Amino acid sequence: MKARNLERKSAITGVGQSAVGRRLNIDPLALTADACLEAIEDAGLTRDDIDGLSTYPGNMQAPAGFTGAGVTEVQEMLRLNLNWFCGGPELPGQLGAVINACAAVATGLARHVLCFRTVWESTAQGGGPRAGLGAGGGGGFRASGIMEWTLPFGAASAAVWIAMMARRHFHEFGTTREQMAQIALNSRKNAGLNPNAVYRDPMTMDDYFAARMISDPFCLYDCDAPVDGSTAIIVSATDAARDCRKTPLRVEAVGSALRGRPSWDQFDDLTTMALRDAGAMLWERTDLRPSDVHVAELYDGFSFITMCWLEALGFCAKGESGRFIEDGKAIALDGEIALNTHGGQLSAGRLHGFGFLHEAAVQLWHEGGARQVPVEPSVAVAAAGGGPLGGCLLLVRDD
Amino acid sequence: MSDKPFRLLPAVGPHNEHFWHGGAEGELRFLRCDACSTYVHPPLPICPECLGRALTPEAVSGRATVHTYTVNHHPWIPGFDPPYIVAIVDIEEQAGLRLTTNLVGCAPEDVQIGMPVKVCFEERDEGIHIPLFEPDPNAAKCRAEHIE
Ligand SMILES: [Zn+2]
Repeated sequence: MKARNLERKSAITGVGQSAVGRRLNIDPLALTADACLEAIEDAGLTRDDIDGLSTYPGNMQAPAGFTGAGVTEVQEMLRLNLNWFCGGPELPGQLGAVINACAAVATGLARHVLCFRTVWESTAQGGGPRAGLGAGGGGGFRASGIMEWTLPFGAASAAVWIAMMARRHFHEFGTTREQMAQIALNSRKNAGLNPNAVYRDPMTMDDYFAARMISDPFCLYDCDAPVDGSTAIIVSATDAARDCRKTPLRVEAVGSALRGRPSWDQFDDLTTMALRDAGAMLWERTDLRPSDVHVAELYDGFSFITMCWLEALGFCAKGESGRFIEDGKAIALDGEIALNTHGGQLSAGRLHGFGFLHEAAVQLWHEGGARQVPVEPSVAVAAAGGGPLGGCLLLVRDD
Repeated sequence: MSDKPFRLLPAVGPHNEHFWHGGAEGELRFLRCDACSTYVHPPLPICPECLGRALTPEAVSGRATVHTYTVNHHPWIPGFDPPYIVAIVDIEEQAGLRLTTNLVGCAPEDVQIGMPVKVCFEERDEGIHIPLFEPDPNAAKCRAEHIE
């Protein structure tokens, strides 16, 4: 029996999501309220039951629309009585905020933690092309921190940094754009069954190859779609979860490791990123195996990141993700591992990590409607992050 | 006004001026640990290998190989016009010592992972010299001589 004290004491008990769309022009705090109140109701709780609050990244200096609400704003808006709260960007990916919540309920610091993530990048960026980091800085701008080593070279987006990781993977393992396209095609097919997805029209391989190049080998369809929207997740202590309305989704294991250098270019193996470490840690903490998982909701800020997660979580061998996905069958809704069943960020919209955990819960509660995975899944993994930041959770429905 | 492309420039201070000003003498410089000889990049006040406190800037040969690259087509930064090649290069002197940079003097279709390159510098305001890399036609010859 593996050590899993933290995980055995925490469960997902409710989820919520605001309207999601392009240029909604809605106050991001209002979107946040919609998601949070829906999640609280979904769990069968009231706001008086919430004693913990957690978010990524919260209030910080950030590109336009990257963060729509912080911890203190939400506490003020919902007048929560908190015993524990936490928000910040220095976490193992976006879902690090949820892993923190698991630790809080497992150690008794809180009983029901409301976790949320709000973006309004579509409205904030208007109709223009996606801007680079630092692009609005003006003549006096000087790059510092990790940006010092990338911005002077026009490497002004994670698209550029991760394109280089994909290129290295292509070089070492013979991966191709035709294979990588399956991530985008699979997501679009699933989005067609999801009424809340922002891009639902069918996409063909020809459409993919006709799209304009962003940063070779990434074309437009390898990059996620900025949207406005908020997602909320309730994490409850397992003893407190008995008070909730739905079957608790037990957190069987988490991965939060970073064992290489925290850098986009100095990390030892650019073809794995830190996802390797988070994935390895997750399986170190459970007796379940990758073959036990029915549903995988794996971050796709860029299509290649999903391939890295497939390898990091052991759904295929290192270097084999291209061959694993190349005919699309293994990752389809009725495949051996149903992947990004809502359409991912590529087609359902860039809810920045939390959308994957939301969808994992929807699938485990068999609420997926037309996109529901037919095997009535009981084990799902949700993972978010890329580059030097990644975190993942394995969820189990016991009944 | 110059004919060079617009670039976002780094914030330069005592901790990193060896790197950004080294090109004035034609040198690519990294901090190096006095005790264990590890090159430390990005700069830190102590050596992460041996925890030594004494680090001294030292020039390397400027020779490197392309670890990976991308041809960028998107206009991320107004005035820094695509297409341009962004690469991560492996610095010859130490395994894992890398720089993100631009490849110049090389057509996008001619770039290959593993190709030898050498540093060149683009002078900007305030003494900043941006280290770029270009194909190194003498690389095979240099390395053969080195082996002898
Ligand atoms: Zn040392």
